[in-house]
Amino acid sequence: MLFPSRLFPTPIEVGAHVWTLATTGKLLPDLGKTLTRAVIAFVIAMALGTAIGIGLGRSRVADRLFSAWVVVGLNVPAIVIAIVLYIWLGLTEFALILAVVLNKLPLVIATIREGVRSFDPAYDDLGRAFRMPFLRQLRLIAVPQLMPFVLAAARTGLSLIWKIVLVFEVLGSDGGVGFRISVFFQFFDIKGIFAYTTAFILVVFVFEYLILRPLERRVLRWRQPR
Amino acid sequence: MAAAAMSGPRLDIAIEGKRFDFLPEPLLERFELKVEPSSVVALVGPSGVGKSTLLRMVGGIDTLFSGSVSVDGVPAAAAPPAGFVFQDARLLPWLTALDNIRAVRPETTAAQAGEMLHRVGLSGFEHYFPHELSGGMQRRVALARAFSVNPRLLLLDEPFVSLDRTLVREMEEVLFALIEQSRPTVLLVTHLPEDAAMLADRAIVLAGRPARITADYRFTVPRGERSRAEREAIASQIAASVAPEETAAS
Repeated sequence: MLFPSRLFPTPIEVGAHVWTLATTGKLLPDLGKTLTRAVIAFVIAMALGTAIGIGLGRSRVADRLFSAWVVVGLNVPAIVIAIVLYIWLGLTEFALILAVVLNKLPLVIATIREGVRSFDPAYDDLGRAFRMPFLRQLRLIAVPQLMPFVLAAARTGLSLIWKIVLVFEVLGSDGGVGFRISVFFQFFDIKGIFAYTTAFILVVFVFEYLILRPLERRVLRWRQPR
Repeated sequence: MAAAAMSGPRLDIAIEGKRFDFLPEPLLERFELKVEPSSVVALVGPSGVGKSTLLRMVGGIDTLFSGSVSVDGVPAAAAPPAGFVFQDARLLPWLTALDNIRAVRPETTAAQAGEMLHRVGLSGFEHYFPHELSGGMQRRVALARAFSVNPRLLLLDEPFVSLDRTLVREMEEVLFALIEQSRPTVLLVTHLPEDAAMLADRAIVLAGRPARITADYRFTVPRGERSRAEREAIASQIAASVAPEETAAS
């Protein structure tokens, strides 16, 4: 063999190892921990980022005051935020989730802010002409215009979160996919690393094809097919 | 007939002044116009003269002016919303034709919205999204939406602009039938004298800055009984009153 099998396991070996780790190892609890962290961070970052993005998109004063901070947030290395928070708050679950939220937040803010800026003022006129109440305008005019941007922020944000959650778990946590991969790394256990990565990618596919894409199809079904 | 017994509101417009920051002179100043109930009044004039602004004031969209605009004695901004038709169809692209009608007036039931679509000749298109409808069909949905909001007062801002003449004729027929059935008060902004000749009882020509009324025509022959020759005569009469440079441009 050209490549030693210990460093280059075959897909069948990796598949079998996934099964073993899932049934007798800690794969499922680790996936559960990582998913929980990712989902909590995702929900908080999306909610906060959408609210702040709308605020910055609507108010020029607020945008002037805080847009530099958004740029800082977009460009500060993720690892710096995580290390600083771990030093300040300790190797806690709270610090990990907060670090993920702070890393994702600027991206959501920037995307939503652009979405709000792209609102068509003609629809505001429509709302005024027909005296549509504020909440109705919000539901029928503002939210549908914002949805493509929310979905874009969700998709890019989710891919970012998957990556940084794992890095932060390597840096300091008591379990999760990243933590386990760091353990495998110490033993040069490539098969274990591939098995965890495969399981993780399967979860990402489930999110993409069973949640995000159907949601996108439903929300944007009014769009003209290109 | 119940529909014939209905009547549109009276409009009293008395603008002291309307300015825009980017214009050196006021757009409107000491401008007065009274519109009788259930009359169809065409506002004709060159682009930028203030026709659409006037319409927005009557619709209560533009409230930044001194003076008063009232609908049956009620300030326009506090009056029930008018049936407004914009220069473009301005349908919400994420809602179907039926939902576009219901969006602006939640009290409208699906059956009523469907009936309005039937009246503008769009039965069977209730669940189509705007991008699935032609430009002319989208305008008809906009007309149905306006009528469902307020069949007593219609404000039409160049409703036929950018449509070809066949579609314009089609739209005019639909509009004509709706006006005959519901007897609303209609303010029609147009730069085409032919539209006024087809639909209006009265045509007001605006010119200058601040805008002033340079001609006020009341037509003796009812719109439904005008022959082609009479319509052409009316259109020529109006065109002659519009600024010469605008006539040359069109």
